Amino acid sequence: VNPDLASERQTASFSVESLTAWLDGGAERTRMRRAVVEAIEHDPTFSRENQYFQSQNERYEAAVRKAVYLQKKMHEMGWTEDGPEYKYIYRALAGDVAFLLHRIFMRSISMLGSDKQIAKWIPLASQYQIIGSYAQTELGHGTYLQGLETTAVFDTAAQEFILNTPKISAMKWWPGDMGRSATHTVVFAQLYIHGKCYGIHPFIVQIRSLQDHSLCPGITAGDIGPKMSFEHADNGFLMLQNVRIPRENMLNKFCEVQPDGNYVRWGSQKINYFTMTTVRISLISDEVVVPVMKACTIAIRYSVVRRQSKLKPGEQEAKILDYQTQQEKLLPQLAAAYAFHFINDYLQELFNRAYEEIQTKNFDTLPELHAFSSGFKAMVTQYCTSAVEICLRACGGHGYSLLSGLPSLYTKIFASCIYEGENTILLLQTARFLIKCFMAASTGQPVPPSVTYLAAGKPGKCPAQNKLHFLNPDIYTEAYQHAAARLVSSAAAELQNLIQSGVKKHDAWNQCAVQLAQAAKAHCHYITVKNFAETVEKLKTQAGIQKIMKHLCDLFALHGIFSNGGIFLHDGYISGAQMDMVTASYLDLLPVIRKDAVPLVDAFDFTDKSLNSALGSYDGQVYQRLYEWAQKSPTNKQMSPAYERYLKPLLQNKLSKL
Amino acid sequence: EALVVNDPDFQHEDLNFLSRSQRYEQAIRKSSLMVMKLREYGIADPEEIYWFKSFVHRGRPEPLDLHLGMFLPTLLTQATPEQQDRFFMPAWNLEIIGTYAQTEMGHGTHLRGLETTATYDPATQEFILNSPTVTSIKWWPGGLGKTSNHAIVLAQLYTQGQCKGLHAFIVPIRQLGTHQPLPGITVGDIGPKFGYDEMDNGYLKMDNFRIPRENMLMKYAQVEPDGTYVKPVSDKLTYGTMVFIRSLIVGDSARSLARACTIAIRYSAVRHQSELKPGEPEPQILDYQTQQYKLFPLLATAYAFHFVGAYIKNTYQRISTDISEGDLSELPELHALTAGLKAFTSWTANAGIEECRMACGGHGYSRCSGIPDIYVTFTPSCTYEGENTVMMLQTARFLVKSYTQVNSGQQVTGMVSYLNDLSRQRIQPQHVAARTVTVRINDPVSLVEAYKARAARLVEAAAKNLQAELNHRKSKEDAWNRTSVDLVRASEAHCHYVIVKLFTAKLSEISNVAVRAVLTDLCLLYALYGISKNTGDFLQVGILMDAQITQVNQRVKELLAIIRPNAVALVDSFDFHDVHLGSVLGRYDGNVYENLFEWAKKSPLNKTEVHESFHKHLKPMQSKL
Repeated sequence: VNPDLASERQTASFSVESLTAWLDGGAERTRMRRAVVEAIEHDPTFSRENQYFQSQNERYEAAVRKAVYLQKKMHEMGWTEDGPEYKYIYRALAGDVAFLLHRIFMRSISMLGSDKQIAKWIPLASQYQIIGSYAQTELGHGTYLQGLETTAVFDTAAQEFILNTPKISAMKWWPGDMGRSATHTVVFAQLYIHGKCYGIHPFIVQIRSLQDHSLCPGITAGDIGPKMSFEHADNGFLMLQNVRIPRENMLNKFCEVQPDGNYVRWGSQKINYFTMTTVRISLISDEVVVPVMKACTIAIRYSVVRRQSKLKPGEQEAKILDYQTQQEKLLPQLAAAYAFHFINDYLQELFNRAYEEIQTKNFDTLPELHAFSSGFKAMVTQYCTSAVEICLRACGGHGYSLLSGLPSLYTKIFASCIYEGENTILLLQTARFLIKCFMAASTGQPVPPSVTYLAAGKPGKCPAQNKLHFLNPDIYTEAYQHAAARLVSSAAAELQNLIQSGVKKHDAWNQCAVQLAQAAKAHCHYITVKNFAETVEKLKTQAGIQKIMKHLCDLFALHGIFSNGGIFLHDGYISGAQMDMVTASYLDLLPVIRKDAVPLVDAFDFTDKSLNSALGSYDGQVYQRLYEWAQKSPTNKQMSPAYERYLKPLLQNKLSKL
Repeated sequence: EALVVNDPDFQHEDLNFLSRSQRYEQAIRKSSLMVMKLREYGIADPEEIYWFKSFVHRGRPEPLDLHLGMFLPTLLTQATPEQQDRFFMPAWNLEIIGTYAQTEMGHGTHLRGLETTATYDPATQEFILNSPTVTSIKWWPGGLGKTSNHAIVLAQLYTQGQCKGLHAFIVPIRQLGTHQPLPGITVGDIGPKFGYDEMDNGYLKMDNFRIPRENMLMKYAQVEPDGTYVKPVSDKLTYGTMVFIRSLIVGDSARSLARACTIAIRYSAVRHQSELKPGEPEPQILDYQTQQYKLFPLLATAYAFHFVGAYIKNTYQRISTDISEGDLSELPELHALTAGLKAFTSWTANAGIEECRMACGGHGYSRCSGIPDIYVTFTPSCTYEGENTVMMLQTARFLVKSYTQVNSGQQVTGMVSYLNDLSRQRIQPQHVAARTVTVRINDPVSLVEAYKARAARLVEAAAKNLQAELNHRKSKEDAWNRTSVDLVRASEAHCHYVIVKLFTAKLSEISNVAVRAVLTDLCLLYALYGISKNTGDFLQVGILMDAQITQVNQRVKELLAIIRPNAVALVDSFDFHDVHLGSVLGRYDGNVYENLFEWAKKSPLNKTEVHESFHKHLKPMQSKL
């Protein structure tokens, strides 16, 4: 181990192993996670060693190979798809595997299909006799589902639906696993019966032959071309021309087209939200928090190995993490990684509670859950995307090399801001919920406990008198609460004003949209800070860990006030002098957390293989590894034809013969 | 432009579908052709070469960049006449292809830390070059990996047992004729990067590699045959080159952001989504306030940076005559200002490009949008030619120095002259900025004053905090480090002020009334948006009051609506050719969806209808399970 990194580990103020266990939810889970990761990483089939050198075609092939082999492996190890090991498998594979949409295909059949449909399709899918995808997004429409243009017309005579892509913007575009792999897909289309439109419904459509994998009649499908990341995934397009499917292929748990064309609906339509909510919550941990933790691990380890310039004349060059500016870039991101790990726990709990209630046909918590999952999905993905980018840029030139692992983390997490609901639109959905609750609360109607604070919004002053007061969670949580309440109430007032002055409701909403989105973000930020503080509070038994977590919580909270000063200063809740105290306290925390920075990332417990980074490995042999890996690059192994063909004549000044 | 765009020799398959090796090969092919055609057409003016090159390569890097942009100019400025005779013509004729090897694996912006050594051996009159550690391996130079046969290497010079600091040496690295690395030289490509696929950024390791004494660039410093070292006259001269290159980056920030804005704004006019009013057709997404709020401030920023880039270039040209006559008095300020503006504009553009991509939703993520490419090509400029944080701190050093001068009774000039006012106001016990301005939010000139007040107050706060730290601590460096977050903020505020000021000043130069009107709106938007994003700075010391902030926010929203009808025209004015833009979403004709489909059909995964993976993996699995 590089001595610069080793020395960082000797001064940890807490036990890394206990923190890891606590993050995992118990030592037993840590043990299981390590066993799973070990089993996967020791299997050469799952190696990601050459990932950075592969073409799109090679990446896709590798992903399919791994997915196929994984079935065998899971069988061998006795793991199941709904077992506790599954999420660790995903972590070990770093998502670099095919058939993820196949799982969504199965989930949507299980949730939206009747018992009969489940009995028919699920066994086929789980045996991989068919491979599924999920075709919702179109070329012309994404988050706004009602705008989808694919049609499914019911033909009573044949008892079939006729599916069509009426124009180019209606083409299905983006679904994973669909470009090359899938044999079937769930297509979302506007249902027409006897010329009347009944809105969006899901249909199972076969798109490729089960014999030779060629496209079925009426189907045009393929890969949508290179993207910023997800080279391994065959995101696809799909065009349907008079494709006929039997009546039974419409997923009909909640509604049905009867043989005579009669349309029957039962159950709550709200349940449709529930699928989206599930996905949004689950992506926070797998696709967002894990990458940000990895990026912090890489950047922080590299920052104690890299030495640059001198802090004091005559001394050795300083570790770049000893520079205040570097600390100010990285440590708030580290704090955020922890904050969002905890908010994920919070959302899981909320979700589980709602799930239990739904089992008893009680849908009361759904709106709150929906609003929260939307807002947090938007806030967390946006925050973490920028956090990963900060980590990337904090590694200077070497961060730009694919071998650092950071560009791949960044391009992947970036996509999370868009898929499963575009962030701005999601924030506005949360805002709608908040405004509604605010209105209700101000007229004395009951609102969910998480938003009761909206009613209490009133002018006030922050009571802090010196910089140490800002290390009191009550002080800063109160400040966040005040800011969120103020932003929600002033957006509501503005909306009200516009409507009263005769502006139409929809126009008024659009004219306030920027404010509304800001209010929703402030709400989520407040809940994150509050939840972090409460989590730390509950940690009383583990002193060493509690202390460092308290510092991180303070840092997260004060960083937010420091970088959004205007929101807190606006109505004088925090005064100019108090803002100076916030800044002082915030900057004071940096060197304190600096001491534990490496142990704090070690606690995330990523193996070198899963980081796949020349800069971030546990032993800190950064430069040797960069040099070794670069030599493996195909550009150094294969002779490029460029020399013989172009360079040689150029060098020999025979340009005219080219 | 038309010359290149219509030349069939420069056509090729969409780069997005090519592997790195193929992209490198295409770039080399085009560069070779380009050199030939430049000679054929007799183009020699640097400006014309620049445009020709940027059309051939569509604004993308290419392996000969370093040869043309660094190797040849360095020979011109730092080689003796004898050395020019030996190297310049062969290099001009491309018998020699060179690169500029400065950065090492272990050191970048902090040049003094470089570890490569050149030890003079008087017995043979040679320099012995060595890469003594892994960290000293030259790393990143463009064109080094596969293309060049020579490199200008920066190394610590040792002669007569003493280290004389960094000097430049011409080092042959590959055999002429066979292109094989010379004995003692290890050279290769550093592997895949985020972008720059066509560039063979390379590594270079030297083991006791000997070059003749005459290969040290000796126009300024010299080593005599017996090993005696002769010092150069001035070291400030190198500032000039840095200022020049950083001014190019400011221009590049403007251009890259302008390209991204063009794509995002045109696409937002083509894409329809959701409903604003029930029952009406889906509106263009550019009609949503949130979309305007994402894009229009960036559009204003692209214009602002354009003017800033032009300003630095002009100033540099103006004072470079003075410089060549030995008058260096204006150089320190310009140097300090350029460092900060390089950092400020590249950070802002970097984030802005991402914002544009985000604003294009899912399709922005596809390579066909062209924005991923703009981003990965642009983002390294936050690091190269001076890491941005380090640049900001250089500007801060100048600001603090100026502040100290003012405090000791001296006057300062130029962009920092606002600091002069501080001492006059010090009689008042209050914060300096508190009562200086009554801001009129519709008047750009008044907003310049507000930004000035903010800069003054942040420079003062940083300088005071630095002083407080100095009183507590022995070490100057330690105090500086503990104030550096404040110092960076001060530099940012200073740069922001300079930009608003330059943009505002530009308005009066515009004679066309309609153009001036629309640019005034953009300038207001730029200034007001900057305030609304940094309200804390303005509120904290009372430059603006709560009610004014509310007005600012309101005015920003109004300006969005005012700019909306001109948005497409404003990006059309950037006048990017479709080929140059390289974007399906940003096409001038707006035929987005048809062309997306056409583009996708060419994807390598679509080469065969049934992918080979089906036969290799899927089919066996299905038959086994």
